[in-house]
Amino acid sequence: MKTADGVETYGGEAQPRLGFFTDTSVCIGCKACEVACKEWNLVPEDGLAWTGHSYDNTGELNANTWRHVAFVEQQAPDPIKRGKNDFRWLMESDVCKHCTHAGCLDVCPTGAIFRTEFGTVVIQDDVCNGCGYCITACPFGVITKRELGGDGGMHKCTLCYDRLQDGMEPACAKACPTDSIQFGPLDELVERARQRCGDLVEAGVSEARLYLADENDGIGGAGAFFLLLDEPEVYGLPPQPVVPTKNLRTIWGAAAVAAGALAVGVAAAFLGGDE
Amino acid sequence: MSATSPTDALSYYGRPIIKEPVWESDIPLYFFTGGLAGASDLLALGAQLSGNPRLRTSALAGATAGVAISPYFLIKDLGRPLRFLNMLRVFKVTSPMSVGTWIFSAESTATGIAAACRLFGVLPRVRAIAQVFAGLIGPAQATYTGALIAQSVVPAWHEARLELPVVFASSAAASAGGAAAILTPAEHAGPARRLGLIGGVAEVAASKLMEKRLGKLVGSVYHEGEAGKYSRLAAASTLAGSALMALAGRRRVGAIAAGALLLTGSLCNRFAVYHAGKQSARDPHHTSIPQKERGGRAIT
Repeated sequence: MKTADGVETYGGEAQPRLGFFTDTSVCIGCKACEVACKEWNLVPEDGLAWTGHSYDNTGELNANTWRHVAFVEQQAPDPIKRGKNDFRWLMESDVCKHCTHAGCLDVCPTGAIFRTEFGTVVIQDDVCNGCGYCITACPFGVITKRELGGDGGMHKCTLCYDRLQDGMEPACAKACPTDSIQFGPLDELVERARQRCGDLVEAGVSEARLYLADENDGIGGAGAFFLLLDEPEVYGLPPQPVVPTKNLRTIWGAAAVAAGALAVGVAAAFLGGDE
Repeated sequence: MSATSPTDALSYYGRPIIKEPVWESDIPLYFFTGGLAGASDLLALGAQLSGNPRLRTSALAGATAGVAISPYFLIKDLGRPLRFLNMLRVFKVTSPMSVGTWIFSAESTATGIAAACRLFGVLPRVRAIAQVFAGLIGPAQATYTGALIAQSVVPAWHEARLELPVVFASSAAASAGGAAAILTPAEHAGPARRLGLIGGVAEVAASKLMEKRLGKLVGSVYHEGEAGKYSRLAAASTLAGSALMALAGRRRVGAIAAGALLLTGSLCNRFAVYHAGKQSARDPHHTSIPQKERGGRAIT
């Protein structure tokens, strides 16, 4: 069983890395995941509105939406019912990616965001002071500030940390009626996903691809990865996400050079005497 | 593509991919006041070492004003202001905000001690040591904020990671020089005038370089909306201030006008950078197109 990097501090309590495989090819857009997540995690209602964007009236992931189903209507042959019509639905249940290299965790200045014994990334609500730095560090736009009721803190999917500790699967995966959301040890999920993707391609769905399943990508792979049927950006996902701390050395280096230049500039200002 | 399809194939209904920073105008205001404090402390140290007590006092006054007002902006912008001390429970090099919290804490403490000793005319040795300490941290205080926003996924900030600290350092120098030139009689203010001039010219040059190196797509934010407005205002004000400082800085009225223009330019520059980040975060193409190009894939 594979554990996540960084969980060695848990010693004997370290657990196999757990995650989600979201297979969008079998998503039916029922939004049971959105509802189950809201119910279990007591995520507040944040407005009922019509967006005019297909059946997506949720819009996006944010502090008050931890699962979001995207709906894309395309004038293209349905890959499964090939030849019968020229229209297809793309539906995808999006969620926090629980990145191997998590930008939010890296930049959190209070230590509120931490990696659990399951390799997931969780915000401790009683520590977060609402500085908002994590918002700018997430390549997927998952985290926002909850303004409702003067909360002021940052919130996102916890991969149902409380349920995991009791050996239960997360609420969204439990509620998914088609197993589009699969939960389990990450190495098993990746193996299953590769098999599924291969089967789809073999069956003629050449556009099937895995997203964030590669541990050599810009975030070191994700704890929640996807099987997509089109380019990531079509679903509102970044095509090649990179954790900003990948350039940490360059950034500190640039700051050091600038600080040195400032010192030189001030020294130069004194060369001409007091007048 | 049907009428119900997304407006373009490169985004989901034109929605942003990343989230817009939640920070309000307190943050660019702090970039300005923090930068003013950092560079002023360094200027005060220079004045102390070169035996110019009049300039040292003015520069220390600028630094003290900067560190005194900064916590108000920093704490007010938190979603949970009463928990500001939670930043002091950790130190993380992966978080420029965490490192910056410690830099600012040290900077403001040292500046406060130096200012208190000066004000009450006590403990000259403690004052000198505090001044040296504050002066040495000054450059870090003036530049870490550039690293802070560069360390993000916001295209206009992350893609300018090499230039942002220089832009902020030179902006801090221009403001510190301008403030000290206002507060110091001309016969003692030579270094302040020159710092304002050097900083102002460097600020405009570094900002233009940053804008250019961001490229056509992401760099366009500096020509549009709020960022465009503040960017033009910053360049005009800073250039006018620099020119006036060079030509009329020895005259009282000239120094005051030039200093005020440099301070205004520096402040506007911080707002330009702040709005540039917000604008580029809102545009999904600023995230998706450079990523696709880096991945070597065709843009369809």
